Amino acid sequence: MSAAVDTLRLTAEDALGLVERREVSPAELHGAYLEAIGERDGELHCYLRTVAEAEGTSIPIALKDVISTRGVETTAGSRILSGYVPVFDSTVAARCKAAGLTLLGKTNTDEFAMGSSTENSAFGPSRNPWDPSRVPGGSGGGTAAAVSAGLAPWGLGSDTGGSIKQPSALCGNVGLRPTYGTVSRYGIVAFASSLDQVGPVAKTVRDVALLYRIIAGRDAADSTTVELPSAVELPSAERLEGLRVGVPRQAMALEAIEPGVRAAFEAALELVEELGAEVGECDLPLSFDYGLPCYYLIAPAEASSNLARYDGVRYGRRSEGESYREMVEGSRDEGFGDEPKRRIMLGTYALSAGYYDAYYGQAQKVRTLIVREHASAFEKFDVLATPTSPTVAFPLGDRTADPLAMYACDLLTIPSCVAGLPGLNVPCGFSEGLPVGLQLIGPQFGENALFRAGHALERALGLDLVPARLRA
Amino acid sequence: MTWEPVIGLEIHVQLKTRTKMFCRCPVGFGAAENTQTCPVCLGFPGALPVPNSTAIEWVVRLGLALGCEIAPRAVFARKNYFYPDLPKGYQISQYDLPSCINGRVLVPLPNGDHAVGIVRAHLEEDAAKNVHVGGRTGRIGGADYTLVDYNRGGTPLVEIVTAPDIHSAEEAKRFLQLLRQTIVELGISDAEMEKGTLRVDANVSVRPEGSDELRTRCEIKNMNSFTHIARGIEAEVERQVAVWESGGEVEQHTYDFDVATGTLTPRRAKEEADDYRYFPEPDLLPVEPSAALVEQLRAGLPELPAERIRRVGETLDHERALVLVTGGLDALWRDTVAAGAEAVAASNVIANQLVGAGVDPGGVDPAELAKLVEARERIPRQAFDEAIARVAEPGFSAAPYLAREAVSDAAALEPIVDAILAANPAQVEQYRGGKEGLLGFFVGKVMKETKGQADARAVNELVRTKLNVDV
Amino acid sequence: MAITAEQVLHVARLARLDLTDDEVERLTGELGAILDAVSKVSELDLSDVPPTSHPLDLVNVWADDAPHDSLPLEDVLRNAPASERGLFRVPPTG
Repeated sequence: MSAAVDTLRLTAEDALGLVERREVSPAELHGAYLEAIGERDGELHCYLRTVAEAEGTSIPIALKDVISTRGVETTAGSRILSGYVPVFDSTVAARCKAAGLTLLGKTNTDEFAMGSSTENSAFGPSRNPWDPSRVPGGSGGGTAAAVSAGLAPWGLGSDTGGSIKQPSALCGNVGLRPTYGTVSRYGIVAFASSLDQVGPVAKTVRDVALLYRIIAGRDAADSTTVELPSAVELPSAERLEGLRVGVPRQAMALEAIEPGVRAAFEAALELVEELGAEVGECDLPLSFDYGLPCYYLIAPAEASSNLARYDGVRYGRRSEGESYREMVEGSRDEGFGDEPKRRIMLGTYALSAGYYDAYYGQAQKVRTLIVREHASAFEKFDVLATPTSPTVAFPLGDRTADPLAMYACDLLTIPSCVAGLPGLNVPCGFSEGLPVGLQLIGPQFGENALFRAGHALERALGLDLVPARLRA
Repeated sequence: MTWEPVIGLEIHVQLKTRTKMFCRCPVGFGAAENTQTCPVCLGFPGALPVPNSTAIEWVVRLGLALGCEIAPRAVFARKNYFYPDLPKGYQISQYDLPSCINGRVLVPLPNGDHAVGIVRAHLEEDAAKNVHVGGRTGRIGGADYTLVDYNRGGTPLVEIVTAPDIHSAEEAKRFLQLLRQTIVELGISDAEMEKGTLRVDANVSVRPEGSDELRTRCEIKNMNSFTHIARGIEAEVERQVAVWESGGEVEQHTYDFDVATGTLTPRRAKEEADDYRYFPEPDLLPVEPSAALVEQLRAGLPELPAERIRRVGETLDHERALVLVTGGLDALWRDTVAAGAEAVAASNVIANQLVGAGVDPGGVDPAELAKLVEARERIPRQAFDEAIARVAEPGFSAAPYLAREAVSDAAALEPIVDAILAANPAQVEQYRGGKEGLLGFFVGKVMKETKGQADARAVNELVRTKLNVDV
Repeated sequence: MAITAEQVLHVARLARLDLTDDEVERLTGELGAILDAVSKVSELDLSDVPPTSHPLDLVNVWADDAPHDSLPLEDVLRNAPASERGLFRVPPTG
């Protein structure tokens, strides 16, 4: 029966139907994906490891390797955690298990989720299923590429400054970064605590909403979580009457946006208008001018502290040393790759005596302004829209030599992350034969509005999101 | 020149909550190593802290007892540094926004109250325990390797910082006695220095008497009893005075007090200056206790030891009042006096005999104790001692002991007294030569001879008469 | 906003990274460029703006003081690079 399953096209919702109607068993479905992984993952390297046995009563799921899974190695893409096997489940992994989902495997990520191309993984880069010479985006490139290449029906990523939305855009699928505080971070290998959020990646907006429903809600183990103020709604409307969509002028003024991306985005916006929505311009001047610098102070500062626990004492890589200090310094120098080191250094500097007020303290104040600016935009609009990534997927190696060029990948996703707001990537067209993503940003807890808008757009566009080279 | 010591204290109190500060592992002594640990207190990747509501309430209660303002908004911060006993690479501690600030404690002293300012009292988590193994010296520096037990790691601590308002080792000791009793009575900690649930560091400087300058201070650590703290402070004051008087300059430094030798050993300077890179802990939310909660906790405070020392001191002298209150004995004393005992006698019996016999004051029926106090010179010494040893037993009655009449009959005692005086001619000679303190020596002999059955007052009188008359 | 090699070394010591000479040289350049870019935040006069350390407007999230099970010792030590008699073992701290 598993031969009948076309993992390239099967949505999670349809897969759930197959299992519910007992047309396919969870084990068969799991097997079908493992088979696809066997065929295609040698080239794409989406998975760091797979799980052979289907333990569950429902469909499979792929989890980014920053998500702790009891008994299954979790490395966060870092040498320093090579061989680390968590003795506890993250809350999201436990909720997936409770929903019957079977763990298909752990997907590749930039080391500690720091990066925008998956090239910072200590275990080698993942590749874009549309063109394997190009990156799948990052840090969650493994999950995004797996979903687009039919190697998982859906998956979970983590997003600090764009790590769910940007790879989804580059791989041509749907990714949600939820409102900060709606999904538990317990058991997620931390990068930047005030920014990290776990969220779903899938083929359709409805799939993303279904998975969000499974993982969202208050968790007693994470003080910073809340109960959702309203239940998750599965979107079905195909029209957008009454929806007010704001387009930030300052985002569209960015020269970094490629013409092909701009064209696809603008065409999609016209379609949104045709569906009945009102589209207008809004202003977020500080957010787009200061969002990136603000993020690159807050995130590294928190990261420098979050990564201090990797000392070779209780778990992870240990280097030999005559003294405790030598052992710790050696373990960290050998265990961390270039990007975590860069951010640890930057963050340590930004927090150190004499610099706190000028850097971290000032960035926290800028954050206040970004929050306020977004709040005032949402007085006039229900959702905001921008391209998700200024570019389509770029060739491997293109940006690895210049950290600032890599950081600029997240120019458009970062401001709303800093404000703690939800964002949804929806594929909106192609440029140079590669997917282009549209980012919908909502107010706090505005996920249902994002689902509604994203779903209607997705239906109206009717794009074939199976990578051309993989179509039968 | 006369020098005035200027002393500030930093006190760490381990709270006796059932669970740790940021996880629900049990707190307690005696468990096997690393068996009271979990992903949170081991700092496993992805684990997150959740504050203990009882600890948050208790620091507010303590703050109120120390006369502090309770911050409407307190914030946990991360203090970043590396050490094996610090599993996350940072300690979570309130920093620039602590729960309690600007307190004031009035310490009753023989010559009146002495005010000690409380700069702050804040919550933090305790470090784990390192065990240094091997090496010839047994000291850290000579160890072959270190073993780490994370059971203690994450236990709630309150750090109390006083203003430099203390001006002698004795004052420091008095303040700490009072603070300790306050903490114990609030029921938030056992506050035992030997067990490490109360830890004290002292910042010491000296200045010419009468000046108000603040000179370079040094920190003294590693003192594990109030007596050692007093000795450590005295040693440091002496050292600093000697430095200034020889024309030198005191340099800021941290010292360990060596209990055995009574000397101060400087700690090795760190390679780089402390730079803890504090920032607000993003995994935790601010603590904003409501005014209603604060008022409810204020209303629930018991009468504090300082007030009771003052009140008891109206009846007894200061020293007795201090001993009773800081020993947790004043309630029994008050009830015993109310039951008819004379105040000073009751205080003496409770603070000396009762404590000496290891009796739990909580189990004593004050009415029965009052009878014993009243009869203590009338009944045989042995009967009194026996009664005191049992006074806390359930259903204790003083009656059978009171029925044992002491031998006070001169006819019965005289031959014994005579025999003893005859057997100790040298002492008799000395007494008569003016060494009147020897009276107790003879009385003791008589009491021993009568196996405690003699009436002490009668023996006293008889011995004195004999020694004075029979020249 | 240049950063010197000495500052890089000092920060590396604080962060317990035993950097090679090559790394120090490369990071001195890279961090200088990044600091240049992020220093943009100091252009703004924000003396009247309160800091946001958290995007959620939440306070007072606490848990009851009721014990949960701790981990079995086997799990505590499962990933330990070195242990002895139930304790984690590290080189001497002296």
